[in-house]
Amino acid sequence: MVKQKSLLQKTLLLYLPLVAIMLFLLFPFYWTFITSIKPESELYGSVVTYWPENITFTAYQKLFGEFNFLLPMFNSFSVATITTIVTLTVSTLAAYAFTRFEFLGKKIFMGLFLTNNMFPNVLLLIPLFAIMRSLNLLYTPISLVIAYATFTIPFSVWMLTGYLKDLPSSLEEAAMIDGANRAKAFVKVILPVLMPSIIATGVYIFIQSWNEYTFAVLFTNEETRTIPVTLKNLIGQLGVQWDLLTAGGIITIIPVCIIFFFAQRKLIEGMTAGSVKG
Amino acid sequence: MIRKKFNIWPYLLIAPALLIVTFVVFLPVIEAIFMSFQQYDLRRPDQIAYIGFMNFAEMFSDPVFWQALKNTVIWVVFGVGLQFVFGFLLALLLNQQFKGRGVVRAVSLIPWATPGVLIGLMWKWIYDGSYGVLNDLLMKLGLIDQPIIFLSQTSTAFGSVIVTIIWQGIPFFAIMILAGLQAISTEMYEAADIDGATRLQKLWRITIPSLKNVIFITILLRVIWVANSVDIIHNMTGGGPSYSTQTLSVYIFNKATVLDLGYSSSMALFLMLMLAIVAIPYLRNSFKER
Repeated sequence: MVKQKSLLQKTLLLYLPLVAIMLFLLFPFYWTFITSIKPESELYGSVVTYWPENITFTAYQKLFGEFNFLLPMFNSFSVATITTIVTLTVSTLAAYAFTRFEFLGKKIFMGLFLTNNMFPNVLLLIPLFAIMRSLNLLYTPISLVIAYATFTIPFSVWMLTGYLKDLPSSLEEAAMIDGANRAKAFVKVILPVLMPSIIATGVYIFIQSWNEYTFAVLFTNEETRTIPVTLKNLIGQLGVQWDLLTAGGIITIIPVCIIFFFAQRKLIEGMTAGSVKG
Repeated sequence: MIRKKFNIWPYLLIAPALLIVTFVVFLPVIEAIFMSFQQYDLRRPDQIAYIGFMNFAEMFSDPVFWQALKNTVIWVVFGVGLQFVFGFLLALLLNQQFKGRGVVRAVSLIPWATPGVLIGLMWKWIYDGSYGVLNDLLMKLGLIDQPIIFLSQTSTAFGSVIVTIIWQGIPFFAIMILAGLQAISTEMYEAADIDGATRLQKLWRITIPSLKNVIFITILLRVIWVANSVDIIHNMTGGGPSYSTQTLSVYIFNKATVLDLGYSSSMALFLMLMLAIVAIPYLRNSFKER
């Protein structure tokens, strides 16, 4: 028999705490957004308004007009896209090897990928900076793609190995009995089934690369600057022009939100699979 | 039994990933070890030379280093600890039946996907001493009479940035623990209901023991992540006022940006060793499982 919970009980134990936590989590975004559409008079007046009396989009116009926000957006986009493609390609191959073959040293190689997550970014940052400098790669988008591989490849191998484990090997074995070779079986049978998982992993890589800051500060210049660095510089330049800063913030987060909602179900599944089973 | 034929394919398949990782992770780590024994200051490139353990000696006699180390411990303990508490709470709530649960679950993850720079910017504005909304709310509620300059005085700055990292980490904990909750079979709860167990007893005797693994792994991942995070503090306070919010990774980053690479390498190496001690049980666990 199922006990029906009373409405009062449900309100006290579920809705009230849920609303409180969600308010805490989402209020900063609301505040950032309404700040970006407030006229200056309301921003620095004696009364704080919780919904703007006059709505204005001048901050956004200024951002694209005077500050050329499109260039860093383009830079971020290309770095994140290239990183995603490179990482997905090499990680899918490795994950396939880890789940479909038994080979000498398999455990050690898997361990190598796992330990990777342990190294502090700041530790890798310093020698990578020196290496990029001596290879003349500093201040090019390539340097960022290489640097981002430090954290995207280990994570993607881990995630894709988890997804592939769930696909029975009988799938491609059936195709191989029918005369297809392993590569063909992979492309024809595995890849289509795995595609949602690959996309979810790709979304993760894209978001991480789009958001990355510490490497980007040291590895870019005026020309190749990415969005987070531009945002940071804006803080330095504009000081307290919060309408422009928050507008920049909103522009930064919109692409992330779009692709995140697009893939969130599969992404959550992949992120949590390893720890629940392991 | 026939001996298995040696198969080159798996090695070829992992080669590209392994090559890249070797180039961008393992070589740099070795390079960092060498650099930590050098005077390696790019502002004085003609003076680069091996100096033995001098960097480490400097580190241990540097009061800012000790302060940063202490801050790192506080940052990790309170940051991750409270992320866990609130994340757990949110997971328990999201595990109940209600309309729109899927949407709430997805929306609650947004802080996790937000760039650290933006997080720093949003909270800096909320905490603002003159026009900040937090001061306005607290004054309206009658809790304070005068605005507080949260990020500019040593008594409140560190607490304020810790609240920000908690905000950032709640969703990750919630999602991981929620997945763990959904893996617990309902039969156990039904059996407990028949035995007349209370809500609290069920939480303590069934839920938490079943989640041991998830909690363990999530805490470890977050400890490493939080200890290494630079962007939030760097964008809110830069480590100030008077080093009160400077953690080890922020200190290392600040030293690296002024191109004192030798000294920052030795501190980074120290940080890595500390994290390795924390991570050993995790690694041992994963080796056994995989």
